[in-house]
Formats: sequence, C-alpha cells, structure tokens
Amino acid sequence: MLSQAQRRNNFFVSTWVAFVLVVIYLPILCSALASVSKSRYFIFPVRKYSTEWWSKTWSSIEVHTLVGNSISIAVFVTLISVTLAFFGALAFARYDWKGRKLYQKLLLLPIFFPQAVLGLALLLWMNTLGLMPSWKTAVLAHLVWIVPVVTLVIAIKVYSYDATLEDAAADLGANRWQIFREVTLPLLWPGIWSGGLFAFLLSWGNFPLSLYTAGADSTVPKWLYSKMVAGYTPMVPALGTMNTLGAIAILALVGTLALSMRRLRQRRTSI
Amino acid sequence: MNLSLLKLPAGLRCATPVMLFLLAGFVAPLIMVVGYAFASPRSFEVFSSFTLANFAAALDPSGTVWTSFAWSIGLAMACTVILAIIAYPIAYGLNHTFGKWSSLVSILFVFPLFISENVRLFGWVQFFIKGGVMDGTLKILGIDFNPDVLYSPEIILFGMVYVYLPFMLFPMTLGLSMVPQDLVDAAADLGAGRLLIWREVQLPLAMPGILIGLLLTFVLSVGAVAEAKVLGGQSVITVVHDIEIAFTYAQNWPMGAALALILVLIIGSLTLWALSKIDLDRMLGGR
Repeated sequence: MLSQAQRRNNFFVSTWVAFVLVVIYLPILCSALASVSKSRYFIFPVRKYSTEWWSKTWSSIEVHTLVGNSISIAVFVTLISVTLAFFGALAFARYDWKGRKLYQKLLLLPIFFPQAVLGLALLLWMNTLGLMPSWKTAVLAHLVWIVPVVTLVIAIKVYSYDATLEDAAADLGANRWQIFREVTLPLLWPGIWSGGLFAFLLSWGNFPLSLYTAGADSTVPKWLYSKMVAGYTPMVPALGTMNTLGAIAILALVGTLALSMRRLRQRRTSI
Repeated sequence: MNLSLLKLPAGLRCATPVMLFLLAGFVAPLIMVVGYAFASPRSFEVFSSFTLANFAAALDPSGTVWTSFAWSIGLAMACTVILAIIAYPIAYGLNHTFGKWSSLVSILFVFPLFISENVRLFGWVQFFIKGGVMDGTLKILGIDFNPDVLYSPEIILFGMVYVYLPFMLFPMTLGLSMVPQDLVDAAADLGAGRLLIWREVQLPLAMPGILIGLLLTFVLSVGAVAEAKVLGGQSVITVVHDIEIAFTYAQNWPMGAALALILVLIIGSLTLWALSKIDLDRMLGGR
C-alpha cells in the first residue's frame, strides 16, 4: 500500500509530466492545423479545411529533390556513424586501456558545442581544403556531431555487456571472427539498432549544420526555414507535418522490428 | 595481418578510427578558426598575417558585441535555472513513478529532438501570432485580451526552455537513477525528514548527472540562435547571430572567427572543468 504522502507525490509528478507533454506537442499540433487550413494565412479557428496544400506539397518536384537530399544524407550518416561508433563504443566502455579516460572526454566535446559555430568552422575548413559544399560535405558535417552521440548510445549497451562470454567462447575454440559474429554482435544488436535510429533521425532533422555545409543543395529543414523567413505558404506546415509523421513512422517501424527480433530470439533460446 | 597494429591494445585500436575522424572533422576546423581569428580583418590571409585587431574590435566597449554576449549569457543562465526546476520532477517521475511505462514516457520526451527545431518554433509562432490559436481561443471565450507575446526577449527565453528541455532531462534522469533506494530508506528509518534526505542523500548522489544536465543546457543555449530569429524577430541579437552575420553578410571571416573563438573558450573551459569532476563509467554504466 502506498502511503498518502507517496500518492500525493505521484499525483503531482504525473500531472506535471502530462502538462509538460501537452506543451511539448502543442506547437506540432498547431502546425498540423495550419497545414489543413484553406486560406493562405493561418487564422484560428479555421474556417475552411482543405487538403489542397498537402497534395500540392506531395506532388511538388522541388520537395521531391529536398526529401531525396535529406534521405541520402541520413542514410550515409547512419551507415558510417554506426560503423565508427560501434568500435568507438567498445573503446569507450569495453576495454580498459591507458588513454581511455581522456578519450571519453575528448569524444564528448563535439556534443557540447554550438552547432551553428561548428557548421561555420567546417565551412572554413572545407574552403581551405577546396571542397565544394554539397550534400556530401553535409554528410561529413553531420557525422562530426552524430558519431559521438551514437557512440554514447551504443556505449550504454556495452557497459551491461558481459565480456567473459568472449573468453568462454575462445576457451571453447571459437576464433576471433566467430566470437565477433556469434557473441559480440548479437549481444550488442539492441544498442546498434537504437544508435542507428538516433543517427538517422538526428540527421533527418538537423538544420544548423546543413545550413552552412550543404552549399546549394537544400534539405527539408533548410527549405522550411528559408520559406518561414520569406515566402510563407501553407506548404511549410504541410511539409513540416509530413516530416513529423515520417519520423513517427520510422520510429514505430524500427521499434516493432527490434521487438519482433527480440521475441524471435527469445523463442529460439527457450527451445 | 599487420603485426605492429596488432601490438596496440585492443581499446586503442577500436578508438583509432573515431579519433582520426574527429581530428579531421573537429580539431582541424577549430585550428582554422584560430588561424582566421588572428588574420587581418576582412581578409582571407589565414596563417600568413598576425594581428589582434579582430579581438580589439570585438571587445571595443562602444561596439554592440558586448550586448550580444550579455544577452546570450543572461538568457542561457535563466534558461538553465528554469529548466532545472521544470525537469527535476519529471526526472524523478521517470525513475520512481511510472514503472514499466517510463520508457514510453521517455520516448515521448525524446521524440521532439528528431523534428527540426525551426519547425517546432514555427508552430509556436502559429500559436502566439495575432489571429493564431491563442488569440482565437481567447476570442471564443470572450476574453478581450490580446497580448503582444511574439518578438520579445521573454518569448525567446520561452523558446530556449522549450528546445533544450531534453538536454536537461536525460542527464538528470541518469543522475537520479544513481541514487540507491536502500540509502534513502535507511536515512528515513534513522529519522531523517524528507528535506534532509533530499539535501544530504539524494542531491549529492545525483549531482554528476545534474551537473552534466546544467552544463549541457547552458553550453547549448549560449549558442542558441534559432529562437531569437524565429520567435524573437531579431529583437535580441545573440552571439551566434553576430558570428553568422560576420561570416555571411559582412564577409568578415576573421571577425567571425575571433567571436567564435571567444565563445569556444568560454564553453570549452566550462565543459572541461565539469567533465573533470565526473566519472563517466559510473554515470553511464552504473559501475
């Protein structure tokens, strides 16, 4: 039985969390509302609803290019960052080596850095190297920030990883590659999945780094910002809302995939 | 296989790709910033000229850069304090109140990170603007009150609090999860009051996480710019906005680099100081 003080405590905490969550999702709902209003300028309460702006956005060739750029960047960022971060996380949490404490701290620095300044610093650097900014250089820029984040996400999983299992496998005669494939990788899959999910979605939503390092190539957040500043049409909230729905879909898809894989594995081990 | 590579400790071998990448993608750009900061104003003579003119111009008491720095640091401090108060009960709840639902609640708090902050801030514009959701709702309720909320420093602060909440919340949640319930119970059994337990047991044990949260929020919000541009209508110019202007419209890269360098020094020294106080293995791995 909970004491009265505890119950009061729980009530206060739950109410507060519910309130903050409503505030967090309020502007996202406002955007969705603005995207289905017929008039060019948003007025609440909405007088006439229409899906006109959605279909316009959906069939716009310009938007197709933007989405293509954003997806290309996010896919490359995900693949590269997960590979780098997987080994980075082993160095972060699995092995005990001399420079580890220093490495852990250095790795965190890009996260503690204003992204707009990072984007401009990268622009200086690319200019010096003579690299032409395009969506490919934006991949590099995203990686500087996302590799450390993904390393942390995977490292949290690595901490709970029992390294003696590798020794056991070696005692039983498995070679290095077999140990990696049959022991290390399967145990760390959940961390790798969530790392990849973070990488994709953070890259998908990134604005400050893309602004300075993608050159003439535009991404979805970049285009949305330029239209907010000048030339607003309800295509802005429409694309913004599609963007949100896309992120929800990816999150749900990867979530269910990971869950069903875990169930499958549990069933296999329980037999 | 390359023998000399095999002789390296396994940890170092695993760390090498990441470190090389960050050397090329993080350290090298920062060196360029330092180079430009000391180059002659309005030039591209990086590493071939040396002058302190950019810093002198930046720190000129009659200039406007002072006010930008003051605004950025003031807003960031206010944002950090407000977020600590908002996030603490939530972090407590994620550890103690929601039980098996807490991962779902966490996802609800993480998710906004995946939507570009401009999109979310623009949603607030549609909420607060004349004829927007707030205005319309007040009219329906028959309240004749149309406050001018947008384009003020207060709304910029509101936007910052809104955007940076997850950066305070998650380190704090990790920190609070480091407090063993046994210790709290033991203190209660020995007759300590709730306030005393909080001050002597919970707060000190959760401090590493809280410190990371405070630091991350402060550091990121000092570099905030989108809130001032989207919600603030440029009623306040933040430091990063000044830096952007120097790099783009003004085409004065050395000036922008000098400002960036001052900002990086502030952020970097704070970060290194705080990180030196924290054992990351204990915080992330619960060891």
